[in-house]
Amino acid sequence: MQQALRDRLAGLVFVGFGLAFALGALTYDVGSTLRMGPGYFPLVLGGLLVVLGGVIAVRGFVEEDAAPNGAAPWRALFLVLGAVVLFGLTVRGLGLVPSIFLASLLSAFASERTGVVGALVIAAGLTAVCMLVFVVALSLRLPLFGPWLPF
Amino acid sequence: MDLIGSLGLGFETALSPENVFYCFVGVLLGTLVGVLPGIGPTATIAMLLPITFSFEPVTALIMLAGIYYGAQYGGSTTAILINLPGESSAAVTAIDGHEMARAGRAGPALAAAALGSFFAGTVATLVVVLFAPVLASIALGFGSAEFFSLVVVGLIASITLARGSTLKALAMIVLGLLFGTVGQDIYSGTPRFTLGFRELFSGINFVSVAVGMFGIAEILRNLEDEKTRTVVVGKVKNLLPTREDLRAIVRPVLRGTVLGSALGVLPGAGHVLASFASYSVEKRLSKHPKTFGHGAIEGVAGPESANNAAAQTSFIPLLTLGLPAHPVMALMVGAFIIQGITPGPNVIVREPALFWGLIVSMWVGNLLLVLLNLPLIGIWVKFLTIPYRILFPAIVAFACIGTYSLNLNAFDVFAIVFFGILGYFLIKLGCEPAPLLLGFILGPLLEQHLRRALIISHGDPTVFLTRPISLALVIAAVLVLILAVLPAIRRQREVVFQEEEPV
Repeated sequence: MQQALRDRLAGLVFVGFGLAFALGALTYDVGSTLRMGPGYFPLVLGGLLVVLGGVIAVRGFVEEDAAPNGAAPWRALFLVLGAVVLFGLTVRGLGLVPSIFLASLLSAFASERTGVVGALVIAAGLTAVCMLVFVVALSLRLPLFGPWLPF
Repeated sequence: MDLIGSLGLGFETALSPENVFYCFVGVLLGTLVGVLPGIGPTATIAMLLPITFSFEPVTALIMLAGIYYGAQYGGSTTAILINLPGESSAAVTAIDGHEMARAGRAGPALAAAALGSFFAGTVATLVVVLFAPVLASIALGFGSAEFFSLVVVGLIASITLARGSTLKALAMIVLGLLFGTVGQDIYSGTPRFTLGFRELFSGINFVSVAVGMFGIAEILRNLEDEKTRTVVVGKVKNLLPTREDLRAIVRPVLRGTVLGSALGVLPGAGHVLASFASYSVEKRLSKHPKTFGHGAIEGVAGPESANNAAAQTSFIPLLTLGLPAHPVMALMVGAFIIQGITPGPNVIVREPALFWGLIVSMWVGNLLLVLLNLPLIGIWVKFLTIPYRILFPAIVAFACIGTYSLNLNAFDVFAIVFFGILGYFLIKLGCEPAPLLLGFILGPLLEQHLRRALIISHGDPTVFLTRPISLALVIAAVLVLILAVLPAIRRQREVVFQEEEPV
């Protein structure tokens, strides 16, 4: 990505977050310097972030920085983040063992070097390691199999 | 309590079988993540923090601290053997250490690093023992105005943690502060920015933030370009340094220890700075500066001592002021809070066993590290051959379980996804996550002290400039900010971060 484009986007992200927080803060009691309400601090910071973001977008490209180059790994992005979501969705219902197996399986596919067999092996191995570490060694109290399963 | 009595209490605490065991587990894990590329101490501590919840507070902190300084050791091993610094502060070690390894002198290089680190760690622990109580007693007199200014200094200094644009680092701090305001307001109880989620009433979980930004975002970065790492490591022979080697490293180790102890106290990238400063000092003082860059043992011993000394003394601001110097220390603040202890000058008074036990455990940990690293070096070399495609699903799995186990709440797991995406794209846009994490952790503290100071001063904002200590801190913050934008220093910083690896 070009430096100038990168700075414009970064600036926009900051302006966006700054505006969102500042506008949100206005819905709370702002108060005065003596008795600050819940809205005061976020309002000031949100405003500051908008200013900083604006400056970055306009003249940030004067400063050079060292952002890593490389195309975004979309497949990995979806699979890795999907694995985390899948774990969050199923851990209560399926229990720790199936949930961590499925999440590991999904995330293992994020590597282009891992095939179906490889992913299954990685997932099975990781599930075993996690059980050893968290359940046997650290005696974490989590249901291993959840109510969604028939047994 | 006198110093001897305090240290006695420390040894009693640190040497209990349970604490020695978890200290060992900590340094073992630390060495492991230091050796493994693609995962650093920040992500590891964030993932393991929830499990330490059920431990005694002192045990939990001993283990987490062990992970941190253990990673410094492990990072130097990979720097020497395969020219891949596992930790940013080990980047300098790679210069001469790897040259030594190529010349068949990997053994003496590893030994110089380990012995130098052990010596430096021991001395720096003494520095903590001597200076922490003094600083804590000064800080006990701090009011809200002083604490506010202190947090500002800490935040501004965190700019040095990021390479590249100062403006972006500043914006990341502010964004972190804003994420820190999510949750119930401490004074009025008003829920802020909760978007209707009950889970957000107590604020965004900092484990989710750290795991997302340092764990998941880093995985995505690494998967952009899957390189095969061909690791060709011969057997490490002749571990024992010769008499000449020992004579050559004595002075560099001493100088590195002094430099590291002093620079480690600074908030921001003090530990990275320490190893670079030591390297250039040794090169300047050396009788044969031409050998530097071609396998000078002084260039390994000095910086390694410096970065290990700095790793120990960076606990001083945390233990005495409650001010984290870098992201790992920020997570330690979180660890204190999870255990129901507010880090700050009161810790030494209210929890003497924890305070002294933690300090003495660092010495124990350093001893364990020498034993772990020198005789067992062959095992660590084996770990280098684990392919990344097995490693990253493991990081994902551990991150999920670790975060979930904190509150048994799926919401915290989904929050990882949010911060993973945000972290990844911000990194791609040239914004580094370290200042954001510091802002996020320090945000509530900053707001609390700001509001309290202004209530006490009847709304007079000059209170931060009329109290002498607060004024000095504000001036320090301004100076750091000016230094950060000066072109000469910026260039220096580029050099420092040139070879940076995951935090």
